Amino acid sequence: MVSDLLRLATIGSVDDGKSTLVGRLLVDTRQLFDDQLDAVVNASERRGIGDLDLAFVTDGLRAEREQGITIDVAYRYAATPTRKFIVADCPGHVQYTRNMATGASTADLALAVVDVTHGLREQTRRHLCIAALLGVRHLVVAVNKMDVVRWSPTAFRSVADEIETLAGDLDFATVVAVPTSALLGDNVVETSDNTTWYHGPTVLAALEEAPASSWASARGARLPIQWVLRQPGGGRTYAGMVAGATLGTGDLVTLLPAGIVTRITELNTLHAGSVASAVPGLSIDVALADETDAGRGDLLAAAPLPRVTRTLEATVCWFADRALGAGSRLRLKHTTRTTPVRIDTVTGVVDVDTLRVTPGDELRANDIGILTLTAADDLVVDDYRENRVTGSFILIDEATNATVAAGMVGYPGFVASPQN
Amino acid sequence: MDPLTVTTTRPVAPETSHLDLLESHAAFVIREVAAECERPVLLFSGGKDSAVLLHIAVKAFAPGRLPFPVMHVDTGQNFPEVLAFRDATVTRLGARLVVASVPDAIARGRVADPGPLGSRNRLQTTALLDAIAENGFDAAFGGARRDEDKARAKERVLSFRDAFGQWDPRRQRPELWNLYQGRVNAGEHLRAFPLSDWTELDVWRYIEREDVALPSIYFAHERAVVRRDGMWLAVNEFVAPQDHERPQRRQVRYRTVGDATCTGAVESSAVTVAEVVREVATATVSERGATRADDRFSETAMEDRKREGYF
Repeated sequence: MVSDLLRLATIGSVDDGKSTLVGRLLVDTRQLFDDQLDAVVNASERRGIGDLDLAFVTDGLRAEREQGITIDVAYRYAATPTRKFIVADCPGHVQYTRNMATGASTADLALAVVDVTHGLREQTRRHLCIAALLGVRHLVVAVNKMDVVRWSPTAFRSVADEIETLAGDLDFATVVAVPTSALLGDNVVETSDNTTWYHGPTVLAALEEAPASSWASARGARLPIQWVLRQPGGGRTYAGMVAGATLGTGDLVTLLPAGIVTRITELNTLHAGSVASAVPGLSIDVALADETDAGRGDLLAAAPLPRVTRTLEATVCWFADRALGAGSRLRLKHTTRTTPVRIDTVTGVVDVDTLRVTPGDELRANDIGILTLTAADDLVVDDYRENRVTGSFILIDEATNATVAAGMVGYPGFVASPQN
Repeated sequence: MDPLTVTTTRPVAPETSHLDLLESHAAFVIREVAAECERPVLLFSGGKDSAVLLHIAVKAFAPGRLPFPVMHVDTGQNFPEVLAFRDATVTRLGARLVVASVPDAIARGRVADPGPLGSRNRLQTTALLDAIAENGFDAAFGGARRDEDKARAKERVLSFRDAFGQWDPRRQRPELWNLYQGRVNAGEHLRAFPLSDWTELDVWRYIEREDVALPSIYFAHERAVVRRDGMWLAVNEFVAPQDHERPQRRQVRYRTVGDATCTGAVESSAVTVAEVVREVATATVSERGATRADDRFSETAMEDRKREGYF
C-alpha cells in the first residue's frame, strides 16, 4: 500500500549532485514560493554562478553557499496531488556522516545520487550500508550527470548494475535506477527526450509510487512510558507513544522490567479521547487494571515479549573523533530510559566494500562496528530488525553530553560473520 | 475490576490522520523535554505557532497542570490585541507568565535604546538570554518550524545552545530516531522545537480542527497602513508615516505576529479560519517573505540572529 506520507533522505558522495537534484525536484514541482526562488536566484548571481544554483534551495547556511557543499541536513516539505514528502537533504562528506545518519534514521526511502562519470564511490557505499542498517528498505537511484556522457545507455547500465547488485547484497526490498541530469532537469520531474532507450519512471514518479514500509514487525505492541498522569480521584494513566504494532483497549500487557501482567482498561489519544485502539506513532495514555508502580523508563508490552537484559550485542555507527575501545564508559539512552554502560568488547569493523567484519578492537570516527556492552540497569529490548523503537539506542559522552553513537540491537543481517 | 473481564462497549478506533501524527510527535517531544530537563519554559509570543504549541502542551499533561511556565519576550512595541490575548490565555490556563522585557533591558543599561526608527529585533536576544540565565531555565520550547526559513530548515528538534546562548550550525548534535537527549552542563541550554515538521498549512488546519483561539489580527480587518519596503505596516503609536508615505485604510490580516515596527500585514478578505486555510493553500509568497522586515537585512539574516541566540 502506498502511504500518504513518504519520508526520504538523499544519500551519496559529495559533489555527485544530491542538493542540485533536490532543488530541481522542488523547483520543477513548484514547491517554492516566489520570494524563496527569487532569493536563490539573487544568491546565485551574487556568487557569479549564473542564473540559478539549484543546490542553494537547500544549502541555506552561509558556509555552505561559500564552500558549495552541504554541511548539515536540510528538511524540506513538498506535496504533489498524490503524496506528501518530507525530504532530508543529507551531506556527502565523510566527516558529516553523523548528519547523514540523522537524516536517514527517520527515512522510509533513500534517494541515492551517483555521478555516472565516477561510478560508485566508497562514501556512497558507506551511505548505502548505513541506510540499510537503519532499516531503510526502499531505494531510488538517480544515475546523474548523464549529459556529461552524452546520454550513453552503456554508461548508465554499468553504474545501475553495480548499484543494483550492492542493493541486493544489502537486502533492500525495492530498487529503481533512473538516468538523470539534475542540472538540466532530465527525468527528474519531466521525462527526457535524450533517453529514448529508457522506459522506466522519472525520479518523481518513482517517489510517488514507492512503498514506505520498513521491516514487517514480527513482535507485539510496545508502549515505553514517558510520563505518569494523575487523574482526578487518585487514579493514574501512563503516557507514551505506541511502537511496533497496534495497541488496544482490553489487551493483556506485561509491565517490564518488573514482569507484572495486567490489562489495558482504557486507552486515550490526544485527539479522540477514549478509543478502541491506537496505531504506532500515536501518543496515548492508558489506564491499567492493576495497581502498579510503573513510571518513566518502564515499558508495557504485548506478547511476544521483548527481552530484559543488561548485556547487549549491538551494531553501532561511531561519530566521535576519539576512538572507542573496550572499557569505555558512556551513557546509553534507550526508549525513555537512560543508564550508564561499559563497553565490554569491540568485535570488529564492517568493511563497506566487502560487507565483512574486519576483526579489530577499536572504532574510529564514522566506523560501523560490532560490540558488546553491559548496562547498569535492566534494558527491555527487541532486535532492531523487529522493532526500530525498542531496538535502537544512542550513546552519550558523560563529560560533554554529545551524542557519540547510533546503536542497533543485534547483528546486521547482511554482514558476513567475523569467524573465518 | 476483575482484570480478565473486558469491557464489551469498546469505543471505535478512528482513522489516523497526518495531523494526528504531527500532534502526537509534538506531544512526545514536549513530554521528553519536560521529563529530561530540570527547568523548561515555553516561549509564548501570542502568535499562531506558539498558540498551537501551548495548546498541545496543555493536552499532553491534562488533566494535570502545565509543568512549566510560559515566557513572553516583550519588545515593548506590541499589537494591543496580542497582549490582551496573551494575558487572557495565561489566565484561562492558570499558567505562570515570565516576561522578558526589552524596555527593562534598556532601562537597566543592558542594551542601548535604538530610538524610534531603530529595530528592537536583535535586542530581544539579550532579553531572552538574560531571562534564561536569571531563571535558570535549561530548555526553552519554541514554535519555530523548518519550513519558515533556510536556516531553520537545518535545525534539530532539540537544538543545543552553549554558555553564551549561541547556536553553532557546524557542530549540531546528531539526532537519531525519536531519541531526543536533553543533557546539558550548567549555563548551557536547549531550544526545543516540537513543531519542526509542520508547515504553515498544517498549523492552520490544526487551528481549524482544534478550534485554537488566536489574536483577532490574524483575520481580515480594516486598518490604517502605509506601504514600506514592499509591505503594509500598520500606523500606530510605534509606526508613524514618514514624509513620502500616505496612510490608507485597507482590508488586511497578519500572517505572523511579531514586533509592531517590523511585522507587515497582507491584504486579505479571510475572516474565518476556513477562509484563511484556503488562502494559505494558494499563497505564492512565503509567510516570512510577506511579513518580516527583520529577514531582509541580508541573505543570512535569520542564521546570523540564530547564531547569537535568537529564537
